[in-house]
Amino acid sequence: MGGTTMRRWAIALVAGAAIGLSGAVSGVAQAADSDDPIKIPIHNWSSQIVGAHILGKVLNGQGFSTEFIPADSQVVYTSMCEGDIDVVHEVWQGAFGVAFEQVVGEGCVIDAATHDAKTREEWWYPAYVEEQCPGLPDWQALNACAEMFSTPETAPKGRFLGGPVDWLKHDAERVAGLGMDFEVVNAGSAAAIWAELASAFERKAPIVHFNWTPNFIEAIYDGKFVEFPEYGEGCKDDPAWGPNPDMTYDCGNPKDGYLKIGVWKGMPDKWPTAYAIVSKMNLTNLDIAVMSKLVDIDGMEVEEAADKWLADNEAKWQSWLN
Amino acid sequence: MASERTLGASIGGTVAATRRLVRTPGAGPLLVLVPFVVLLALKPILPAAGIVWPATIAVPFIDWINVVVDAFRKHEIFGAFTVKDVTRAIAYGIEWPLDIMEGLLAGGFKSIGIPAIPWVMIAGLAAVFGWWLKGWRLALLAGGCIVYFAIFDKWSLSMVTLSLVLVAAPIAGAVGVALGVVAVKWPPFERALRPILNVMQSLPHFSYLIPVAVFIGVSHRAGAIATILFAIPPMTRLTILGLKGVAEEVREAGRMAGCTHWQMLFKVEIPAARDSLMLGVNQVIMQCLAMVVIASFVGARGLGQDLLLRLQSLRLGQALENGVAVVLMAVMLDRLSRALSEKQPERRPEGPFWRVHPYLVAGAAVIAASIVASQLTPYAQTLPRSATITTAPFWDEVVRVITTTLYDPLEFIRGDLLVHVLIPLRTGFQWMPWIAVAALVGTIGWRLAGPRLAATAAGFVCFIALTGFWERASITAYMVFFALLVCLLVGLPLGIWASRTARRTRFVQLLCDTFQTFPSFIYLIPVIMLFQVGDVAAISAVVLYAWIPIVRYTVFGLRGVPAETIEAAVTAGCTPRQILWKVRMPLAFPEIMLGVNQTIMFGLFMVILAGFIGTKDLGQEIFRALTFADAGKGLVIGLCVAFIGLAVDGLVTEWSTQRRRQLGLA
Repeated sequence: MGGTTMRRWAIALVAGAAIGLSGAVSGVAQAADSDDPIKIPIHNWSSQIVGAHILGKVLNGQGFSTEFIPADSQVVYTSMCEGDIDVVHEVWQGAFGVAFEQVVGEGCVIDAATHDAKTREEWWYPAYVEEQCPGLPDWQALNACAEMFSTPETAPKGRFLGGPVDWLKHDAERVAGLGMDFEVVNAGSAAAIWAELASAFERKAPIVHFNWTPNFIEAIYDGKFVEFPEYGEGCKDDPAWGPNPDMTYDCGNPKDGYLKIGVWKGMPDKWPTAYAIVSKMNLTNLDIAVMSKLVDIDGMEVEEAADKWLADNEAKWQSWLN
Repeated sequence: MASERTLGASIGGTVAATRRLVRTPGAGPLLVLVPFVVLLALKPILPAAGIVWPATIAVPFIDWINVVVDAFRKHEIFGAFTVKDVTRAIAYGIEWPLDIMEGLLAGGFKSIGIPAIPWVMIAGLAAVFGWWLKGWRLALLAGGCIVYFAIFDKWSLSMVTLSLVLVAAPIAGAVGVALGVVAVKWPPFERALRPILNVMQSLPHFSYLIPVAVFIGVSHRAGAIATILFAIPPMTRLTILGLKGVAEEVREAGRMAGCTHWQMLFKVEIPAARDSLMLGVNQVIMQCLAMVVIASFVGARGLGQDLLLRLQSLRLGQALENGVAVVLMAVMLDRLSRALSEKQPERRPEGPFWRVHPYLVAGAAVIAASIVASQLTPYAQTLPRSATITTAPFWDEVVRVITTTLYDPLEFIRGDLLVHVLIPLRTGFQWMPWIAVAALVGTIGWRLAGPRLAATAAGFVCFIALTGFWERASITAYMVFFALLVCLLVGLPLGIWASRTARRTRFVQLLCDTFQTFPSFIYLIPVIMLFQVGDVAAISAVVLYAWIPIVRYTVFGLRGVPAETIEAAVTAGCTPRQILWKVRMPLAFPEIMLGVNQTIMFGLFMVILAGFIGTKDLGQEIFRALTFADAGKGLVIGLCVAFIGLAVDGLVTEWSTQRRRQLGLA
């Protein structure tokens, strides 16, 4: 009865769908390019999602079909290697550099382009901490008030909340190299860091944690990076380099990490025109920040945000096309 | 040299003494601790490899698995295709039912210009369906759930998830039943299947991700297949249980009626095993919805993926609304499937057509009305965002107030409890030599059921040690152990309270159902806000999820105590307190122990998830394996987690079965 009606409705639609699909018109993409959809992953932070939709819309405008696939940002490199994902347009040196360089080394992924956007990863604190610990952002000033950041587990040392261990950030080596009174506690995910920051911010409690830019969090919470001795060639390998003559890692992180575009190795042959567009795609720090702001602060839906960015930056994306 | 000889002698002595002890009937149960205690005492003279097996000589299980995975990936059979190609081709088969279902419910069929079914029609039909099955209450529930999805702006997400579940659940159910039938009809198959089911049910979901990404490919269908894989084992188990429980007389009657093999199966055995099978269907639905978030790691779209995104950007309120949508979907599907199985044929009333077929007429009316409505106003097709409501700001505020006001009063947990209880306990667990733990587990197994159980249980412990992950496994064990203590402290009193009246039981069962289907990812954020990244936060998250089974089983056990027994106790003049502690609790104890067992299983699941908070245990290693796409490592660590669970499970289940037999309950 209710169920039977439902089934009839379903059968009618299935039959209709079958007829419709068999008569479907083939795509209008350029001669050499495949008609298959180009698969773009959706990760779980907003700038990436908006960027993916922007790329998708630009490609759609050129007659390509695209498909968005939700994928974990770590698993995605295995998938790109297998050809299940075609373009990852936000490859962060800090978080995914290791996984990315591994698949590029295996030859199944192409390092297609590098954005103008520079990424920086460093110890970071919310602005109110500056009043509690004068002298910041200098690292020696931070070290002088280490006890302020201590917890029962780390006391009397200060607690530094680092990123997940598999990001390989060498924070513990730096603490040793610079002789700091800090203990590194590793969070298990980026979300864990944000949760602690949100909680500390409400209570105006001192906190120093791993952070990076460009990033949606800087739009919500005001803060600064800690300034360590400038990074230089040799700091990682040569103990003699830097303030500590006996140890490595006695410096800060490089201030210009890459943001790259990775592409499945088969893409240039399968969609040569689309590959040309993707490899010209180029975003700046401001672009990334605006994309996350539109969603995280202004509360737009992803599609709206992508349309807004495309409308505001017509000259930029037009330049990717030729 | 000398110390080694003493060591050899003392171990030999211990073994002999233990053998005598454990065989002595009537020896106190505490005696099983003897080899364990002796080995602990001998720790200073144990060789290092007996304390923590060094990673340098770890058995290379990881490499072995990776060799197999690589061969499946690259080696071409007949020079034509790889195993990977085959699995991927099979996986494509699920694409079209997924597409059709999603087209109907969410996306429409753009190529032929047919829109998705309007939300008013789905809500109306769900209500009519519920009405037909069980009356107006179910109609209200089913229709109400659908309306929630629409007015809380979760429409397309929920429909995508619903379409995935509606495809995955029947497939999982059918495969599960088929495997169960084969297992019952052909015992060698059952013997092979049982250990596989055991491992499949206790392996952490994250161990599957890399293999799924390789052999199926990240996509919506991979999410569906991962969901199916997880939903099959309970169905198979319950099918086996149900078919074996069919009374021989029933089969006899079937044979006398001249049933063929197939008739026997479909007309006699399966209907007779209906209760177990329906419980299986219910478990399949629950499993499918429990997988909603994890499936999105390999490409499933819908509520789960959106939930992760909201959590990542700290929009807890919206994540919570998604979680509620998942729970409502589970409740709706559960109640509808239950009612469907209980539906009895009715006598048709006489009279005009609408009287004979009231549901058909109502269904047609809903369809007609909603088609007309969707022509008149787009609001009937999909509610635009402006017409939806959200409670997210309210929940965000609740979380903010809770985390700020409770933060200071909870200082003693973050401070004293951590420093004086948790850290010493962790050190204690790490201090225990693996040989001692293997001996403990082995002796208990031997005493319960002889050498076979002893070898299996101790074998699990040895495997963990030999992989070289012993230290990490001991941290995992410590967190689950402490969480278990807290769960007992909270769960037992709650269970006792709830078992007093039928109304309380129903209420607590609803609470358990809700918490079990609520996506546990959401707990991770508030516990960090309250307790900071570390052991306290991880253990709290485990407790929030693992208290469910202990309550469920306590209630089940206490309510299962025969009424005559209680009456006899009342007649004998027992006080209520005596009835509880001298009669009901001892009789319910075997069930409660099964609850403890399940709490450990739930705890192991959640402790791996707590790797997202930041732990130094097996969970952290699984995530690291994910980063480096190391399928072998992911699986081996997964097996370590599974074996902790299976070792406990083997012992507890055996004990509980024996005890129930002694008490005359089984």
